[in-house]
Amino acid sequence: MVPLNYYLILSAVVFAIGVIGVLIRRNLIVVLMSIELMLNAVNLTFIAFSRYLGSTDGQVAVFFVMAVAAAEAVIGLAIIISAFRHHQSLDPQEMQSLKW
Amino acid sequence: MNIANFIFYLLAALLVISSLLVVFLRNVVHCAMALVTSLLLIAVLFVTLQAPMVGVLQVMVYAGAIMVLFLFVIMFLNPNALEPQRGGVWWGFATFLSLMLGGALIAFFTQEESAADPVAATELFGSPETLAKSLFSDFVLPFEIASVLLLVAIIGAVVLAKREH
Amino acid sequence: MIVDFAIILIKAALVLGMVLNLAGILGWIERKGSALIQDRIGANRASIFGFAGMGLVNTLIADPLKFLTKEDFIPPAGDKFLHTLAPCMALFPALVTFAVIPFGDVLNWGDRAINLQVANLNIGVLYVFAMGSLGVYGIVIGAWASNNKFSLLGGVRGSAQMISYEIAMGLSVIGVLMVYGTLELQDIARGQGALIGELLPAWLSFLQPFVGWLPAWGIFLQPLAFLLFFTSAVAETKRIPFDLPEGESELVAGYHVEYSGGKFLMFFAGEFAEIVTAAGLVTALFFGGWQVPYLLRDGFHFPWGGALALPHLAVVLLQVGAFTLKVVFFCWLQILLRWSVPRFRYDQVMRLGWKMLLPLALLNVVVTAIWVVAAQ
Repeated sequence: MVPLNYYLILSAVVFAIGVIGVLIRRNLIVVLMSIELMLNAVNLTFIAFSRYLGSTDGQVAVFFVMAVAAAEAVIGLAIIISAFRHHQSLDPQEMQSLKW
Repeated sequence: MNIANFIFYLLAALLVISSLLVVFLRNVVHCAMALVTSLLLIAVLFVTLQAPMVGVLQVMVYAGAIMVLFLFVIMFLNPNALEPQRGGVWWGFATFLSLMLGGALIAFFTQEESAADPVAATELFGSPETLAKSLFSDFVLPFEIASVLLLVAIIGAVVLAKREH
Repeated sequence: MIVDFAIILIKAALVLGMVLNLAGILGWIERKGSALIQDRIGANRASIFGFAGMGLVNTLIADPLKFLTKEDFIPPAGDKFLHTLAPCMALFPALVTFAVIPFGDVLNWGDRAINLQVANLNIGVLYVFAMGSLGVYGIVIGAWASNNKFSLLGGVRGSAQMISYEIAMGLSVIGVLMVYGTLELQDIARGQGALIGELLPAWLSFLQPFVGWLPAWGIFLQPLAFLLFFTSAVAETKRIPFDLPEGESELVAGYHVEYSGGKFLMFFAGEFAEIVTAAGLVTALFFGGWQVPYLLRDGFHFPWGGALALPHLAVVLLQVGAFTLKVVFFCWLQILLRWSVPRFRYDQVMRLGWKMLLPLALLNVVVTAIWVVAAQ
């Protein structure tokens, strides 16, 4: 069995990759996908701790994170569809100013 | 190096590669498929960590439903034009910041020696019975609130995505 | 250690062989069966020196050769990588799901007790639903990668239909899980060996002479769930009457219009493998799996008192044979259904899934829950 540190390092790496995705991509859908990647990295941390400490609370936490992530993805995509209808583009740079 | 360690290293390498593909591919549908691959790899990692119920939920909910929704929206919006220069002026700085974040986390995690052997797991550790017992006794209030949250999300999505007539 | 590994490999090879061979034979049965129903002869031209071998020449040699030697093209504006990936994603879940379906009880070989099931997961039925939800990708990606409006329309319809019926399928199984009290398919199959007489509560014991001699199969304990599950499973496999995604007369083969040759063979084989998997699930959950009525591990024990002792190997062979017979019966039933019933319109399909099957499945769950509590 690998030590716990290795799992934590793996999720740190995936989390950092997700942060890069959110910051540098100019397509709203890919930004949302990078957010999902970050959520999954956190899930991995929860499950690793749950295993190494012998408590199922981590798995229950992951259950709730998944439910919330599903709700968030649904609303996020609905917002993206709405924004696309208005701006005809998926580039976050073009949605910088509110209507005045 | 025994089989369990080898499997972990293999899964970790594949996971990092597919995460990089999610972030750096040009075609959005390819990014979505790379994310599906990442989710499936994470589900396998869950199963190796004695959490089969959460692993199968990950496949069913995340890879099987949420990503299908992503693909629907991508096909619906049909973004044909390739996106402009990635990130603009700030992409170098942003990448540097993220690498600093990753580095800080890794430095924090390698600070102290963690217990090499995990607590011995019983047969029923990650099974549906244990998770269900926990969910319906200790965590029943968050469970009910989560179901209300999902209902609110459904209603919100239907209202948001309706076409204005 | 090595022997354990070898046993698992042999079981996996056996199950995979059975599913794929049955898929191939079903293609033949479909052609000849539809010919019988439609009062014509069907395919009878393939033969070697006049020897047609009851369809084996066609199934084993002519059909595969025909598919594999056709030109394999990718639409020029389509997505090369995804076009090749989609048939694999369609075939994979159909084959892999069979890993949790038990095809027999234990086989005592030497001092080992081999469980006749490829993988005995503690999550059992949930694995089936997880693999079923992965089956949507084959259609979505296949439709997208073809760069063809008919294809896209068929793909969107197909994936919406599959997602809708996954819900009804999952909910209809919950009643069965409550009655047998476990998620593992092998335990559900074993639980169906009891007689209903042993499960009746005290205040219903007057029913003992009428139904007490029946084995406790899922079809007797959960008839509504069987109907819901069978309908949803047929809808998941996108067979007629739910085959609007393919829509032979409307959509020009829908989401696999731009596929030919080996890739179409994979879609085709995937569809028939899904038929076999649906049949396998129905037998495991509702018809006792490998159970022969009144057959226990040491022989027959009839409820009227007679008994017949049988050697262990005969019992195992009887049970595996019973399983195979039941699976073949349900495959035949699905083929019969295909050629007897007209196709649903798309809005009818959606209405059936959401407004009829889903409330009925929820009602089934509630009634079963009340019954399980009352019967204790």
